[in-house]
Amino acid sequence: MSWGVNWKASVGLLGVGIKYLAVTMLVPLAVAVAYGEDVWVFLVSMALVAAIGLTVERVDRDPDLGPREALLFVSLAWLAAALIGTIPYLLAGYGTASTVAEPVNALFESMSGFTTTGATVLGEISTDRHSHALLMWRQLTQWLGGMGIIVLMIAILPEVAVNGAQLMESEAPGPELQKLTPRIAETARALWLIYFGFTVVYIAILYGLHLLGMAPNMGLYNAVAHGFTTLPTGGFSPEADSIAAFSAAVQWVVIPFMVVAGVNFALFWHVLRGEAELMLENAEFRVYAGALAVVTAVLAVLLFRGAAPPIELGGATEGVTENSLRQAAFQIGSLLNSTGYATADFAQWNTDAQILLMFAMFIGGSAGSTGGGVKIVRWIIVAKTIRRELFTTAHPDVVQPVRLNGSVVDEDAIRGIMVFTLLYLLLFALSAVFIALDTARIGIQLSVLESTSASLATIGNIGPGFGRLGPFGNYEFFSNASKLLMVFLMWVGRLEIVPVLAVFISAIDGR
Amino acid sequence: MHVVIVGAGEVGTSIAASLASDHEVVVVDVDPDRAEQLKYELDVLTIAGDGTTTGIQTAANVDEADMIIACTDDDRTNLVTCGTAKTLGDGFTIARVKSTEYLRTWEGNEGAFGVDFMVCTDLLTAQNIVRVIGLPAAIDVDPFASGLVQMAEFEIAAESPVAGQTVSEADRFESLTFVGLFRDGEMIIPRGDTDIGAGDRAVVIGSPESVQSFANDVAPETTPDRADEIVIVGGSEIGYQTARLLEEREFTPRLIERDADRARTLAEDLPNTIVMEHDATDTEFLSREHVDEADIVVTALRSDEKNLLVSVLAKRMGVDRVIAVVDSPDYVTVFEEIGIDIAINPRTVTAEEITRFTYESIAENIAVLENDQAEVLELELTEGCRFAGRSIAELVEEIDVRFVIGAITRNHALVTPRGDTVLEPGDHVILLVDSDSVSEIASMA
Repeated sequence: MSWGVNWKASVGLLGVGIKYLAVTMLVPLAVAVAYGEDVWVFLVSMALVAAIGLTVERVDRDPDLGPREALLFVSLAWLAAALIGTIPYLLAGYGTASTVAEPVNALFESMSGFTTTGATVLGEISTDRHSHALLMWRQLTQWLGGMGIIVLMIAILPEVAVNGAQLMESEAPGPELQKLTPRIAETARALWLIYFGFTVVYIAILYGLHLLGMAPNMGLYNAVAHGFTTLPTGGFSPEADSIAAFSAAVQWVVIPFMVVAGVNFALFWHVLRGEAELMLENAEFRVYAGALAVVTAVLAVLLFRGAAPPIELGGATEGVTENSLRQAAFQIGSLLNSTGYATADFAQWNTDAQILLMFAMFIGGSAGSTGGGVKIVRWIIVAKTIRRELFTTAHPDVVQPVRLNGSVVDEDAIRGIMVFTLLYLLLFALSAVFIALDTARIGIQLSVLESTSASLATIGNIGPGFGRLGPFGNYEFFSNASKLLMVFLMWVGRLEIVPVLAVFISAIDGR
Repeated sequence: MHVVIVGAGEVGTSIAASLASDHEVVVVDVDPDRAEQLKYELDVLTIAGDGTTTGIQTAANVDEADMIIACTDDDRTNLVTCGTAKTLGDGFTIARVKSTEYLRTWEGNEGAFGVDFMVCTDLLTAQNIVRVIGLPAAIDVDPFASGLVQMAEFEIAAESPVAGQTVSEADRFESLTFVGLFRDGEMIIPRGDTDIGAGDRAVVIGSPESVQSFANDVAPETTPDRADEIVIVGGSEIGYQTARLLEEREFTPRLIERDADRARTLAEDLPNTIVMEHDATDTEFLSREHVDEADIVVTALRSDEKNLLVSVLAKRMGVDRVIAVVDSPDYVTVFEEIGIDIAINPRTVTAEEITRFTYESIAENIAVLENDQAEVLELELTEGCRFAGRSIAELVEEIDVRFVIGAITRNHALVTPRGDTVLEPGDHVILLVDSDSVSEIASMA
């Protein structure tokens, strides 16, 4: 069973990554110590993970990756991270009524974490039911997944950096890899540093608000926990009420950081180097900012005119300017780039407002950001390609390259983008049908909005959907088959479908 | 002057012919037959051999030459010739090149390749075409500072919208300066409140784009505007450069190229040009794309025969103006007799440019206006000259001569002159001056 792939090399390198994943568990361990909670869960987890890593590493001590091995490695790395991530859930839940003690649920929660989706099957989210440490682990998985676990590995592990460009290409969101420096490891480090910097500033601001008395619930624990899930466009919160649990001041602070998370991080690197004009002139950034502004404005008007019933969380928006604007900006800032926080139960809003949110979910973040979805740059190129196609239909002799930011987009890249977009829509539609039928099988009738949003929220790494899947709802009631499909969707959605499917196709077709 | 010309093709021969009467000319050519033939045609010394070698150059007395003109058909030969000449002596070197890449390199670092002045044939031809297309209303147009600056003279017709306006009303353009106004043969130095009357002739200096815009104001009827259809046939270097220069002037030309790969390259390099991939001699295609409704057609194909065919086709379809690039100088008159509006020969254009340059004193470029009443000069300011370190307002105050500074170029970029602009050594200053004071002003630089 060769598949034309040297799988041993991919798996061997995987061992290296897994080994280091054990180190990240020091964070929840520290939380456990601080809160005087059971430290054994994480001590055992760490030992287990380290042992798995060291064993797997032995498959190939000196891995050398070609293009196919790189695809396999990246695909497996995310699957392995999700599997490893289940260990604390299973250990902590063992013998309790916790929903994540179920292996499929644990995998769902872990995959949702690493892929920064934010969909949850955790029955009751509160520190009364789960330890602070476990909830912090749940937050941490999103932070690790945000900028990309492979990018992190390239940044710190020299043995991975050798094949870095190929690996990053497969993992980085967006159609092409942007090298900022000649050495890929330095590029990866720069991206992680910017990411890290934003996270630190954000946590400091949140905690500062708390110290100033403007955010009573935003203690240090919550500040760090939300710091871990905003920049990666994650969406997990240790509070059952998500960001609705916090004051209006906190909500206003969260909005710009969610917006930042959907921007190409390479642009911030240019800004830091004093080339701010590169950011302002970037076509994708402009469309992103424009889309945010327009959709927010439309939603604010809808809310102002009474699209939301006066509900406990989020409050009345009809005729209340500040609240309708804040609710609109927050929900769009959260859903357009796939974060998935909420300050209001938009599952109870009118259909017109919900459809608008669903439209925003289709847009996605920017290439090179931590956001999911189709990505704005792809929509721009799809639109330009369609326009060209229409024009050349009338003028068959015209040669017209597609341009982005003043430079020509390669025809191969355009083909790749069209294929990706079609594949995304196809997978989304087929999965929606499967989820609807499978859920009907177990006796639950989903609405159209529920079944389509289940598919869209997972493949787009968004998190919340509509109806039962709303921001304060839960994915727990699905059958195991549907949950596993969603795990698959989150996985391929994060890796932008192609690497994972390419591995499958080469397995089927390759010799 | 002792002038050595390397390359006795059409360009070299033409230059030699115009210089032979006043100067001591030596022509070098690799082809012994050609050298032999030229000896009888012109009153020059000819040497057969490779002009890039020290041996031949020594034989041609390059070490004592005042000027070396390298004008073979091969860019690299010309560059090496200049480079070799610089090792032997201190003559002024002129190289003819086709590639605009070499020109860019040279512009970025004057003196590169040992070349003191570079003439880019294709670019020069394209500039010529664009001038003919863009400024049919101008009486006189001259490029300065390697094409960065243009001087143009317009006669203000009675129906012109500019007639009756003051200078400050008419001069709406950032990088344009009104330098002179001729009324009944008398030169007036224009002030902001000077009225422009019908029948006046206005001289402006500025960027080619601003001159184009001004032409549009002066003669909106005859000057093509953005909406005018310009079709370029043939994606040769000349065709490409023409399209590029038209884009700079905010036109959106159409360019027809037959080769798929070349068409793709052109489309990538020309964002505001509509590139079509088709054979331009296909009449069905021309009528399908409504080329007959074009205002101007430029033919820049690689063969004269094809250019002739397309030009005739375009003319028969009813195109207003047809401009043809003609590679062989002998055909120029044939083209024009058939009814093609303008035929441009790249070699003639190049030879004229080099000859013009040799006529004028080396650091200056001159245009003479209105029966020698005034001249436009391009001066390169030297370290410590009267102009350097002074603002324009100070100079006008101090120097008791009628002159107007129209444009300044600094490091190959245009600087719009204002009263408080301070001149620096190395600047190229383009100014209009009374003919009587030309030598006085020139000596101050």
